[in-house]
Amino acid sequence: MLSRSEVEHVAALARLELSEEEKELFAQQLREIIEYVNILQELPTDDVPPLVHVVPLKNVWREDEVEEHLEVEEVLSRAPDREERFFRVSRVV
Amino acid sequence: MKYEAVIGLEIHVELKTESKIFCSCRAAFGAEPNTHVCPVCLGLPGTLPVLNRRAVEYAIMAALALNCEITPYCKFDRKNYFYPDLPKNYQISQFDLPLAQNGYLEIDTPSGPKRVGIVRLHLEEDAGKLVHVQSGSSSYALVDYNRAGVPLIEIVSAPDLRSPEEARAYAEKLRQIMLYLGVSDCKMEEGSLRVDANISVRPAGSDVLGVKTEIKNVNSFRSLSRALAYEIERHVACLERGEKIVQETRGWDEERGVTFSMRSKEEAHDYRYFPEPDLPPLVIDAEWVESLRKALPELPDAKRRRFIEEYGLPENAATVLTATPEVADYFEETLKFYPQPRQVANWVMVELARCLNAAGISITASPVKPQALAQLLKLMDAGIISGKIAKDIFEEMFATGKDAESIVKEKGLTQITDEETIRQVVREVIAANPKVVADYKGGKEKALSFLVGQVMKATRGRANPGLVNQLLKEELSRE
Repeated sequence: MLSRSEVEHVAALARLELSEEEKELFAQQLREIIEYVNILQELPTDDVPPLVHVVPLKNVWREDEVEEHLEVEEVLSRAPDREERFFRVSRVV
Repeated sequence: MKYEAVIGLEIHVELKTESKIFCSCRAAFGAEPNTHVCPVCLGLPGTLPVLNRRAVEYAIMAALALNCEITPYCKFDRKNYFYPDLPKNYQISQFDLPLAQNGYLEIDTPSGPKRVGIVRLHLEEDAGKLVHVQSGSSSYALVDYNRAGVPLIEIVSAPDLRSPEEARAYAEKLRQIMLYLGVSDCKMEEGSLRVDANISVRPAGSDVLGVKTEIKNVNSFRSLSRALAYEIERHVACLERGEKIVQETRGWDEERGVTFSMRSKEEAHDYRYFPEPDLPPLVIDAEWVESLRKALPELPDAKRRRFIEEYGLPENAATVLTATPEVADYFEETLKFYPQPRQVANWVMVELARCLNAAGISITASPVKPQALAQLLKLMDAGIISGKIAKDIFEEMFATGKDAESIVKEKGLTQITDEETIRQVVREVIAANPKVVADYKGGKEKALSFLVGQVMKATRGRANPGLVNQLLKEELSRE
């Protein structure tokens, strides 16, 4: 059962601010989703290897070569705030 | 009560690839902020990471050199946390299927060699760099994403280390191996080698682990052992007072020589790992591993053993000469032109090392190349110059880049081996120092070396010392 405090924990990890009503609502909705997914647990999977990827691909890679970079002005044009060539963000420590 | 420390290290090594791990941006250190970035490493929507093959190759090489088992089927996972050094709000790392596991590294301790376990080695992307700014009443941070996406390997040791010295030896040995492999430049000051330490103490002989703290921000091997020594003392004092150790992350204050609590929110360690859906699994076949294993260069321990056996070097000389592959190569290159291992070893470890230190340059940048050093030593062997003069010439070679022969010619430094010339000087010295001569005759053997010194001085060090000795004795007995 998903408790209200777990919702608060997950919200805090995702940096989401939830109202009391939202906490109730999301707890209820998440419970329903988890219960639904839990139906899958009923299947016997002892002989099934864990699936790590749904696409049947492996080892897609590139050679170690340098290509074009973005222009710094273009990079920073999307920044909410900047200072010289840096992104500027609020205090973090 | 007697306590023992239990230490494990987590070491991050940046791989020396040309491009980043998941995009084609340049991975080099030191560029202007935010100039080595693209939509992938900025985490812009709609982009996809594509793995750099060489990063995997370097990681496998590192794992093999650390005696690890390579995971044949591994994958990448997202490590989720909110911090502005990651533009995507997650770091692509490896969680339950790391690239390699179960290795070890051997270190030298005062009580003999010791095997330190390596729990795992995994591949991940580096994060960007934050600059914290305090200006007046406002404080904020500046972010540079050049480093975001530089390939990293994280190497986690078992808690097998028992002292700050062992921890330092382990970290230094690991760095040495990475330098030999050429997979990283391992510059702590540039952050391409970063060491975090987990430390706890317990009553000696106990097999229960105490509460641990994690030390971050050590920027040299010396700081690592100082920080650990401080932290061990702090833990012991705490326990002696009957207090509990708080499990936390602590920073190292180099100037004050103390560790300090870096309060981090409890929730920060809930990373909610899940498989990275944008990257297919990584399958490493045995053939690939074997071809990389065969191509591994000679590693430090093997090279040191060979230097002892093949060249008859004493153990400490072999250790010094194999400290880096560049020093070892210089030594062996010199031997090709002048096959006298002990003689070459001394010159590399004493004269060359001194000049390199004074100039603050690495051996690869030495103005005196191996062949030039060999030529100098040959001149000395042939008796054309004396050992003392050879040292002066070496300094001159180092300062000017000229070769030994031209310096000898220019300065007229050839050794005087002509008996009559030396005998003349010997007579003059005897005549000028009647008191010392009397002392010598009175049985004071040491007086002779003063006289030898005077002759050498008068000939500006050019007289053959053996001849000087012989002729002085002859002349003195004649009087």
